[in-house]
Amino acid sequence: MASDPLSPWRRLLALPNESRTKTLAVAFVVSAVCALLVSGATVLLRPIQSANRAAEEQARIEALVQGIPGMAELLEASGGTLSTVVIDLARGRAATDVTPATLEAALADPANWTALEPGADLAGLGQRPDFAQVFLLRDGAEISLILLPIAGAGYNGRIEAVLALRGDMQTIGGLSVTRQSETPGLGARIEEAGWLAGFPGTQTRDPDGTLRFAVARGAAASVYEVDGITGATRTSSAVTRMVRFWLGPDGYGPLLDAIRRGEF
Amino acid sequence: MPARASLWTTLTAPLLRENPVTLQILGICSALAVTTTLETALTMAASLSVVVTLAAGIISLIRRHIPDTIRLIVQIVIIASLVIVIDQVLQAWFYDISRALSVFVGLITTNCLVLGRTEAFARHNPPLPAMVDALGNALGYSLVLIVIGTLRELLGKGELLGHAVLPLADQGGWFTPLSLMLLAPSGFFLLGGLVWAIRSWRPEQAEAPEFGPMPQRGPAE
Repeated sequence: MASDPLSPWRRLLALPNESRTKTLAVAFVVSAVCALLVSGATVLLRPIQSANRAAEEQARIEALVQGIPGMAELLEASGGTLSTVVIDLARGRAATDVTPATLEAALADPANWTALEPGADLAGLGQRPDFAQVFLLRDGAEISLILLPIAGAGYNGRIEAVLALRGDMQTIGGLSVTRQSETPGLGARIEEAGWLAGFPGTQTRDPDGTLRFAVARGAAASVYEVDGITGATRTSSAVTRMVRFWLGPDGYGPLLDAIRRGEF
Repeated sequence: MPARASLWTTLTAPLLRENPVTLQILGICSALAVTTTLETALTMAASLSVVVTLAAGIISLIRRHIPDTIRLIVQIVIIASLVIVIDQVLQAWFYDISRALSVFVGLITTNCLVLGRTEAFARHNPPLPAMVDALGNALGYSLVLIVIGTLRELLGKGELLGHAVLPLADQGGWFTPLSLMLLAPSGFFLLGGLVWAIRSWRPEQAEAPEFGPMPQRGPAE
């Protein structure tokens, strides 16, 4: 039956397995079906996955604000919301042409990223976005709390966190780790509330303005240090370098200076 | 009846008698890496069971048409695709657990246990026995993971599935957690102990020694 639509398929299946045509055909069909399966699953499930990630980040930011003494009342007094601002990192002021809604599109453009010199690249990022979204809490005209998203290379992968600074821009209000893939039981303890509890109150700079923040080796010995994690030296020093990079001149430094001068 | 009995044997033999982890020492990497808590061990066991069973079924369905020259790559492609789909499903609906398992779900692809079952059994058998065999092996693997995961979480944290079981010393109890249990070496110790226990109980599983001590000789002349 020449009209049978399946006959070429049957003829293909009847070929000896070792024939070149069949080898190629089997390879092609298997890869095509698998490609379809994988792309289908990825595309169908992506909305749920990004919703999960967004919800988690939101929950962590809320928990971070709630965990800082006095902040929950302030948050309520200011209407219960944090204001979201996109910052132009190099100039240290609010970006004029990028809003939180267009930030993602702006960061998809490689022109909006700055490559970092190896010497300045403390956090091991390679490049840094020119824009970042920060969260502010104002008490009247004064900024009483600022939440800065920070990121850096950890021991096993990228670490992302949100650092909260009090109104003087040098007292840490708290830290929340939003993403990490450090060694379970060791470096992954940076996510634990017990360790993060060491951050509130820690000073980042000495009176001369030098960055002094560090994760100690062992117990914290000064107001600039938080306790180290035993067995996770690489992760601890990654956190130190990450915080220093983002508070330094290539990170939020210009913004923090502007806020300190009262220009923001 | 004999067919049923043999299916039952196919399913149960890999639990203890031919356990893939303790007898064949396959799939060790993940068995050590994800057993720090019982919850991750259970999820890993479930993910691997789904992957190996489906992979065995699919490969057994097309077994007559897989050219010998490209059979391994065909099997790996099928397994890898299933693994990616499972990983995506975990990230969508079991987000917390998928964060805990991180990279190890992806590594199911290279778990020798999976390729071992498809290559050794599914390629030569019809779908039903192939899937039963794969499920049996997956259960054997799961059993080892659950035993090690239980011991490590219990001794390392004094908890099971996140619930406190042993009262911790720093909270007024008597139990001091053994932090070593949360590190990879303790996985080796426990697995080694388990293999030793099973082989002492069933000496037929012990391998004949391949090397003996050097025969004693006098000083060279």
